[in-house]
Amino acid sequence: MNTIVILSVTGIAAMMSDVFKLKKTLYGLSLLGLLIALVFSVCDWGQYASYFNQMVLTDNYAVVFTSMLIGMTFLWFLMSKDFFSSHSSASEHYALILFSLTGGVMMTNFSDLTILFLGLEILSISLYILAGSDKGNLFSNEASLKYFMIGSFATGFLLFGIALVYGATSTFNLKEISDYVQGHNGSLPTYFYAGTLMILTGLTFKVSAVPFHFWAPDVYDGSPTLVTTYMLSVVKMAAFAALYRLFINCFAPVYEFWIPVFAIMSAVTMLLGNITAVYQKSLKRMLAYSSIAHAGYMLMALASPGIASKNALVFYLLAYAIATLGVFNVLYQVHKVTGREEIKSVKGLFRKNPFAAITLTLCMLSMAGIPPAAGFFGKYYMFVSTINGGLTWLVLIAVLSSLIGVYFYFKVIIAAFQEPELENTAYYRQPSDLTVLYICGILSLLLGILPQFVAGLL
Amino acid sequence: MTGITINHYLLLSAILFCIGVAGVLFRRNAIIIFMCIELMLNSVNLLLTAFSNQHNDPSGQIFVFFIMAVAAAEVAVGLAILVMIYRNARSVDIDFFNKLKE
Repeated sequence: MNTIVILSVTGIAAMMSDVFKLKKTLYGLSLLGLLIALVFSVCDWGQYASYFNQMVLTDNYAVVFTSMLIGMTFLWFLMSKDFFSSHSSASEHYALILFSLTGGVMMTNFSDLTILFLGLEILSISLYILAGSDKGNLFSNEASLKYFMIGSFATGFLLFGIALVYGATSTFNLKEISDYVQGHNGSLPTYFYAGTLMILTGLTFKVSAVPFHFWAPDVYDGSPTLVTTYMLSVVKMAAFAALYRLFINCFAPVYEFWIPVFAIMSAVTMLLGNITAVYQKSLKRMLAYSSIAHAGYMLMALASPGIASKNALVFYLLAYAIATLGVFNVLYQVHKVTGREEIKSVKGLFRKNPFAAITLTLCMLSMAGIPPAAGFFGKYYMFVSTINGGLTWLVLIAVLSSLIGVYFYFKVIIAAFQEPELENTAYYRQPSDLTVLYICGILSLLLGILPQFVAGLL
Repeated sequence: MTGITINHYLLLSAILFCIGVAGVLFRRNAIIIFMCIELMLNSVNLLLTAFSNQHNDPSGQIFVFFIMAVAAAEVAVGLAILVMIYRNARSVDIDFFNKLKE
């Protein structure tokens, strides 16, 4: 609970900073706020405390995801100083990012459908604005409008589902719903199942799973690059944490009903995401499609619920978010210098900055799921837990689609080691621009070599 | 009034919700799409109050307040986005916005 309070207070302080002329210190203040929130979040480990009338429950699952969310946002802040300096409305940017993080934290801590809904909306509404934060750019406008429309459309489904589940069980509390369903299994009204499906639809819109993925490439491509980074690393993590928490804690008694839905969705999502990513010329758009494919792998955790898949999901999300931050750091710097976001615009990276190229390779390997990098163990744990769940066909499809994935991830790696097209492209003006890339590279390598530190957390 | 059961409310909200969904899918004017999204949310409100009354449990009605507040915030943001777009594009027709697909 302290975490939520600290993050909201930091957000409100950021919003008010214009009045008190604190704009100069805001960057440091936000980082400090995030650090304090992180400390408080980690201190909640093993507490199992419930707040706000049993609406918020900080169990270990919540602590792990909250800490990961705050940590990723911290890294994101380190690489995104430009986002706050080049605009007139910097303090709003701080506030919106911090508010959306608060929403994300609520989505990982909820034990009541009310908080799930409020967290999701706090997260989403801030992001609708952030997606359009490049006000003069029509692409950014389009991304913002699309995100807003699809987002509120999905909210409608989620809410209708919540209303139906409430109608069947007369409570919003996850534990009570679960108990009720357990006690009345077989005699539940049909609209309870319809409600479960609609909640599933509403939330899979958010995690961009096929067939509800069509908005994702446009939104991720059109939003300012730094906002896209935030969406792919932090928001995806929050959405998956909420989806998994809801279905494991609330609808576990009727798992025969929703497991096949997630299994099929997962298979289609990873195939479609990976196949479409092959045809992309723009690096940003390719990463958007690859994020859809990764959503497919993560859905495997929901197709085989259990402790193993919970740990696999944590590891996978962490590995993916770290790799995404690293790759987008390069993409952002390349875009800043060359003004382009194609795959071939990273050509010559090795010549200009060999360390950056090697770290980028590591992050790409992590995304592709190739050993020494963290992504390998993410996929490995996920596949093992799915096989143990009895869905061998799903793992076969996952392995096949990973092979397709290797092709387009290597296209980027090869481009980075090629000769530059223009001789005088000076990629990185300051070495500090790449700090986050190096941090992400080191973290990817560490997680890949010593996975047991995170793998058995829950 | 005795003839009206919870199933009638369920049916009415489902119909309203479907009208909203159809509007979002088939209309091309962004403002009308906003209205249809509001219709979807309001059908949820109706359903929640009906269930709340049936169960004699006030929490459903509390949830309705949350939905109303969030819907208001959403519309404020949505209209701001539309104004921003109208300034740049001089149109609120969503067919205009398929530039990213190319």
